[in-house]
Amino acid sequence: MASRLPDEYRYLRHKKRFPHVWCPGCGIGIVLGSIIRAIDSLGWELNDILMVSGIGCTSRMPVYVDFNTLHTTHGRALAFGTGAKMANPELNVMAVMGDGDALAIGGNHIIHAARRNIDITSIIVNNSNYGMTGGQFSPTTPRGMKTSTTPYGMIEPEFDICGLLAGAGAPFVARGSVYHVMELDGLIRRAFEKKGFSVVEVLSPCPTNFGRANRLGDAVAMMEHLRDSTIPIAQAAKLPPEKTKGKMVRGIFVDRDVPEYTDLYQELCDRVQAEAGA
Amino acid sequence: MKAIVPWGETRLVQGNEAVALGAIAAGIDFFAGYPITPSTEIAEMLARYLPLKGKKWIQMEDEIASISALIGASLAGAKSMTATSGPGFSLMQEGLGYACMTEVPLVLVNVMRAGPSTGLPTQVSQGDVMQARWGTHGDHPCVVLVPANVRECFDLTVRAFNLSEEFRTPVILLSDEVIGHMRERVTFPQREGVHVLDRPQPVCPVEWYQHYHQTASNVSPMANYGSGYRFHVTGLTHDVHGFPTRKVDEVNAKMSRLKHKITRRLDAFEDVRAHGIKGSRVVIFAYGSVYRSALAAQEILARKRRKVGVFRPVTIWPFPDRTAKEMLDDKDVLIVPELNQGQLIHEVERMTVDSVRVVPLHRVDGYEITPEEIVAKVQEVM
Repeated sequence: MASRLPDEYRYLRHKKRFPHVWCPGCGIGIVLGSIIRAIDSLGWELNDILMVSGIGCTSRMPVYVDFNTLHTTHGRALAFGTGAKMANPELNVMAVMGDGDALAIGGNHIIHAARRNIDITSIIVNNSNYGMTGGQFSPTTPRGMKTSTTPYGMIEPEFDICGLLAGAGAPFVARGSVYHVMELDGLIRRAFEKKGFSVVEVLSPCPTNFGRANRLGDAVAMMEHLRDSTIPIAQAAKLPPEKTKGKMVRGIFVDRDVPEYTDLYQELCDRVQAEAGA
Repeated sequence: MKAIVPWGETRLVQGNEAVALGAIAAGIDFFAGYPITPSTEIAEMLARYLPLKGKKWIQMEDEIASISALIGASLAGAKSMTATSGPGFSLMQEGLGYACMTEVPLVLVNVMRAGPSTGLPTQVSQGDVMQARWGTHGDHPCVVLVPANVRECFDLTVRAFNLSEEFRTPVILLSDEVIGHMRERVTFPQREGVHVLDRPQPVCPVEWYQHYHQTASNVSPMANYGSGYRFHVTGLTHDVHGFPTRKVDEVNAKMSRLKHKITRRLDAFEDVRAHGIKGSRVVIFAYGSVYRSALAAQEILARKRRKVGVFRPVTIWPFPDRTAKEMLDDKDVLIVPELNQGQLIHEVERMTVDSVRVVPLHRVDGYEITPEEIVAKVQEVM
């Protein structure tokens, strides 16, 4: 298969912004690669794309890509994105966020964006901790795991990101991992194609903080762990529950058609204008 | 379809309603907000009007989301406004600082109620004067306009939009519960009598575009997302392109530009009203709804053959240092009635020479300072 590197380069601010800030072994760059390949396969124009982010390692992503880019305050990517999408519904808006950004400080915004069903794709890189501030626990840190703020182990239960957002009304919800890159390209592409609020949770290693705090080995070991600890949804459906226990399921959990917010708003305007004119 | 703004007509209008009409007159494209007393009428009126004009309106999940949505919309080219009151204003400080830093135009209406905290939700105060100036962290530019009647709610909303577009900065309209809920007879201007400004758009080739170009005025043309000019926006300190920087010269250039775009154009912001200052030894320094009581007190005192002046800043930030100094430095006494425990009075004290006695008059129980209270204070010092 031909290398895709030249294509990816076309989407990057490679002359100005590199090298990037991410640690060796971090998975965020792989997610960025998948996003670019998904966009490339859809043939989107750079001018029509808006990438919004909050604060954190994942949220540094917009600076590297040659789209319209917006690096906002912690947790608020979707709120900023909502305003931009409403002001210009022609923009293809995506929000890239980490687990803490999207679900702790941004928890209120994400459930309402899902309920409202505004046409924004949320890509949530879940590395189980706050990487940028040095590895504190996040809402997705599994029970028992150590971080710099859970030195004796995490006692709180974790959020199931996909379950939460499916429950909040998102019409497209999927989970992938940075080990399963081709699959991830496809999931992100499907999310982009969805008219409405779409979510892709991406499991990703943080060897520098989370891996070191829990002695999970080096970056390669953590990638192998992603391979061994996850299971495709079709396979999980065939197995008895005891065989899937402790495994994270990958694949598309929700894919339904729900009227989208900016479309509904436009219909509302058309209706009230027609009534006022009559 | 009938025009929403009653151009040239005379109507009985509420202050908050006049803000909504002013926003429409100024060409508002986007409103995001969260319900809060005593500002809610602004959101309610715009919820009715904006869809009729095909403009965007949204009720967000909280005030942080509201101002965030405003910034996103403004970057996509929409003239944007929100309206709130004390507790919501506190939540909006995060977004306000972001808009200052990233030089995004927007209008924030704060209809002040008594605080701190939830305070007296339905009652008046001027407790947010210093929060409006310094509420968000870090050094930042700040423009605050204070209406004192219903017609001014209309006029100053238009002016707030114009200043925010011209200077690429958030502008705060600091109304209060009395002004917001008061109804007055208003004669609206003719449509052609209202001057509306839009942010300058870049004309350079896209590869030359700098989102924060250093210009003589310290304000650069601003492209919209989706226009073909692609740029990066971040709350991190940034260079002329918008990319994060820690280089000392670039950081200093950014910070001084943020400051100087306001401080080197003070004439564009200054707006004061002065009544009977000449020949008065005593001047009442008042703003917002209290200014009305000050004018009434001046009248009562005139009937008693006591001459006092009234000085009112309409734009309180930037504070009108030079003009206030010129007009007030030779006075014996300045009485500063405020619906707080003393906020703008510190600026008055800072600005005036030592020979001027600055006398406070406070009220923080949710009721207006009456003309009689001001009269009593004047008689006490005279």
